[in-house]
Amino acid sequence: MPKQKLVLIGNGMAGIRCLEEILKIDPDRFDVTVFGSEPYPNYNRIQLSKVLQGDTSIEDITLNSWSWYEENHIRLYPGETVLKIDKEKHLVKTDKERVAPYDKLIIATGSNPLVLPLPGVKKKGVITFRNISDCQKIIDYSKKTKRAVVIGGGLLGLESARGLLNLGLDVKVVHISAHLMNRQLDATAAHLLQLQLEKQGMAFLLNKRTVAITGDEYADGLKFDDGEEVKADFVVMAVGIRANKKLAEQSGIPTHRGIIVNDYMETDVPDIYAVGECAEHREKTYGLVAPLYQQGKVLAKHICGEQSEGYTGSIVSAKLKVSGVDVFSAGQITEKETTKTIKAYDGWSMTYRNILVEDGKIRGAILFGDTHEGNHLSGLIGKQASVEEYMRAEQAAESETDLVAAMPDDEIVCGCNGVTKETIVQAIKEKGLTTVAQVRACTNASRSCGTCRSLVAELLKHTIGDKFDSSKREEPICSCTTLTRDEVVSAIRDQGLTSVREVMNALDWKNKNGCSKCRPALNYYLNMVNPIRFQDDRESRFVNERMHANIQINGTYSVVPRMYGGVTSSDELRKIADVADKYHVPMIKLTGGQRIDLLGVDKETLPEIWKDLDMRSGFAYAKSVRTVKTCVGKEFCRFGTQDAIGMGIQLEKKFEGLYTPHKVKMGVSACPRSCVETRVKDIGVIGVQGGWEIYVGGNGGTKLRKADLLCKVKESGEVLEYAGAFLQYYRENAKYLERTSAWVERVGIKHVREVLAKKENRDQFNQRMDEALSVIKDPWHEVLHDKKTQEELYRKVKVGADTK
Amino acid sequence: MGKTKTSIFAAKLSELPENLGKTVMIGEVNIALFRLSNGKVYALRNRCPHRGGVLAEGMISGEYVFCPMHNWKISIPDGVVQAPDEGCVETFPVEIKNDNVYITVDDITNE
Ligand code: SRM
Ligand SMILES: Cc1cc2nc3c(=O)[nH]c(=O)nc-3n(C[C@H](O)[C@H](O)[C@H](O)COP(=O)(O)OP(=O)(O)OC[C@H]3O[C@@H](n4cnc5c(N)ncnc54)[C@H](O)[C@@H]3O)c2cc1C
Ligand code: SF4
Ligand code: FES
Repeated sequence: MPKQKLVLIGNGMAGIRCLEEILKIDPDRFDVTVFGSEPYPNYNRIQLSKVLQGDTSIEDITLNSWSWYEENHIRLYPGETVLKIDKEKHLVKTDKERVAPYDKLIIATGSNPLVLPLPGVKKKGVITFRNISDCQKIIDYSKKTKRAVVIGGGLLGLESARGLLNLGLDVKVVHISAHLMNRQLDATAAHLLQLQLEKQGMAFLLNKRTVAITGDEYADGLKFDDGEEVKADFVVMAVGIRANKKLAEQSGIPTHRGIIVNDYMETDVPDIYAVGECAEHREKTYGLVAPLYQQGKVLAKHICGEQSEGYTGSIVSAKLKVSGVDVFSAGQITEKETTKTIKAYDGWSMTYRNILVEDGKIRGAILFGDTHEGNHLSGLIGKQASVEEYMRAEQAAESETDLVAAMPDDEIVCGCNGVTKETIVQAIKEKGLTTVAQVRACTNASRSCGTCRSLVAELLKHTIGDKFDSSKREEPICSCTTLTRDEVVSAIRDQGLTSVREVMNALDWKNKNGCSKCRPALNYYLNMVNPIRFQDDRESRFVNERMHANIQINGTYSVVPRMYGGVTSSDELRKIADVADKYHVPMIKLTGGQRIDLLGVDKETLPEIWKDLDMRSGFAYAKSVRTVKTCVGKEFCRFGTQDAIGMGIQLEKKFEGLYTPHKVKMGVSACPRSCVETRVKDIGVIGVQGGWEIYVGGNGGTKLRKADLLCKVKESGEVLEYAGAFLQYYRENAKYLERTSAWVERVGIKHVREVLAKKENRDQFNQRMDEALSVIKDPWHEVLHDKKTQEELYRKVKVGADTK
Repeated sequence: MGKTKTSIFAAKLSELPENLGKTVMIGEVNIALFRLSNGKVYALRNRCPHRGGVLAEGMISGEYVFCPMHNWKISIPDGVVQAPDEGCVETFPVEIKNDNVYITVDDITNE
């Protein structure tokens, strides 16, 4: 069946987010075309005020790079405006005379800045503030001039005024009301805000209605209705926005303040939807991203045929993004006769809090100076929580760290993207995230306005403990790249990369062939991320792992067959002896891992020996699960408390052949005498009366380390459960070539214990572990059934002296 | 008597795996034959100047091979060991005619 054609008009924040949601649900459903008037990929419009303030650059605010469109097979026409929608023929027409048919059409044309119909507004030097081009214009003017005047004392006006100050200008803000941000703040908060901003160097002209813009060709000032004037070299008009509904209107789609939509973002015309600032839902239009993203989610579900409850409207909250000033407001802000308030005013430290209560329920809030409660309050207002609930939470939380600890799991941390504490914590734990950037990439939290960044950082600190250091920059994985292990693994996950070569290409490896350090690591990470789809890259394997045998100093190999738990039989021993005789194996030796090693085998003979042995590979050569050593246990030993051999065999059978960041050795003893050196194993299990102790992170090699107690359990099944969860967490979190000893040391045993203490975490790790285990095959048998590999890897070319 | 050179058929090009070494024994001479991803084919003595590692089993990156024993990095076209290590591996001329790969060695029948 051919794909349905989806056309999106407007390459902005709401439209593209909706597309992302659609791709998440069903990436193959639509053939997507996007038209955008602006010549850029989707960028973070919210951060434009930060660009103006000099805190970030235009390059840094891109949300979806050009390659994102390519990778998702989205046809993008940047710098192209749709002029007409032909709803009968299901077509759109553009200013470049392109005609595109659609099956489904999404209108996401955003808003236009409101331009007051004043005499003189057409003069040069009157600028609005909405897009990159406006931002550049303002920066250009600031270079040539000294004085700026901003019309509008709301969020946008103040943010741009702060930017103009940073650009070195003399700034006056003209506002029609007696107090700033009058739609979000009460008089007290507005007064504090004004004092703060005046301290920063802003001047205010309040209660002023502008009646004209003066000047000849260029604007040179404003005239007010009281006859006063103010002089300036240019004017920034930031008085509000109007939904951009013109295109819809002209095409016969019903509009009012915006394009009218129902709870599923459907317009009145079949197959045409509207989302974002241009849409009017239940007689409301919105000018902040949080509700728009909710709309996008609903529309994505609907258009993909999924059930949803629809969009029912949002309660918005606002924060001012001016450094040094913390202002927050949400819900109802005007006090009625029935309103009760919980107020606190501290004139000395300039903090203020006003919580509005109606019928014992939290309805609105204004915070000044200290806004860390903001998101929490938004949540309470959203669910109309009782005053008691608010009071309880307030007592529990003192600092920001306490606050995140006390937060309920379902509380929203990132208001713009609606990301809860639970989602973030889960992502941190499951994907081993350690930086705010990674959390942003995985969950969208802090991807928009960025005011929740400090909360996300607190959550990271709270979740992973000492491992989190906001300043630290990890080492890149090798000199072929500047990316760290975590960045590479996230990219593999997020971009769905599937081969070593693809990773090196997509992530711009400086050395495009990679080296002996990064390639085996990438091969491992790819396998770990997606074991089912993984295709091994044998060229990126060290010799031992490629050949499935240990190479020796003289170029011969060794053969260590699998002997579960170190247990063998007379038949098996006879077979080994026969093979050793038949192939003249120069050395037979017992290994330190309770196995038998046949040393000094020529590579051409390996497949033949494996065939005759007909045993599974002992993996003595790989960064993988190695041996499980066992002591004789309670069946034989007078001190034994548990069946150590049985447990060892179970562990080994379950995890054999599993690739890990570094080798993993296990041991099971049946009492604390620990005859198999249990406490220098990666996983050491010690049987005690009525249960088992599980130790992790031990090492008996180069850097000796005593294992830490992970936990004590009662049932044998739990040993497997904890071992599986521990191994999977290690596999997902450690750097390639990091033994469990180094890893446990780095992340802290306390942290590992906490993560694995939760049943749901263990279940999830084990689920992914089972997936990884489900595709493991014995490599020796694989080679025996693969003539081509035998030929390519094991066969030598031999040419006699006389062959010419 | 002066040494003469002999060109010896070693393998079918199409049967050589890319980016992996092949061990070729010509008489007693142990050679590592490499077919790189750029299509070029080279032959080196299969012996690392460090401690005799078999280069045919090394990991190949572009035009370099990493010795499987202690990771020395050796340039495949000219056999030169890369800094900080030093040394050189003997190279043998390779010729490809149609699908046939020939290696030129000292005429071993006269040795
Ligand atoms: C065969 C065996 C020695 C023996 O004859 O007993 C052995 C042989 C090698 N060990 Fe080992 N290790 C052997 C038990 C051990 C043990 C003891 C144990 O497993 O209980 C240790 C210390 C315990 C530990 O790892 O915690 C051990 C610590 C190492 C190390 C250091 C690891 C570390 O983290 O510090 C290396 C090097 C490495 O892995 O990077 C190593 C590496 C090697 C390699 C594979 C070297 C290599 O990369 O080529 C050796 C292969 C020799 C060959 O010619 O085949 N071998 N090696 C043992 C095989 C056990 C088995 O049945 O699978
Ligand atoms: C300086 C600034 C600061 C802000 N700060 C915040 C904040 O802190 N928090 C917050 O939540 N929100 C903030 N906002 C608001 C937020 O940016 C908007 O709510 C959001 O961008 C709206 O998304 P949208 O997709 O509806 O519209 P837009 O992002 O404007 O996207 C619409 C796109 O459609 C294009 N378009 C229009 N008509 C056509 C056509 N006919 N054909 C093709 N393309 C067309 C437009 O060029 C535009 O690129 C801020 C906005 C600005 C300007
Ligand atoms: S550790 Fe205990 S159970 Fe194991 S062999 Fe020694 S004494 Fe027996
Ligand atoms: S033998 Fe080649 S690096 Fe040591």
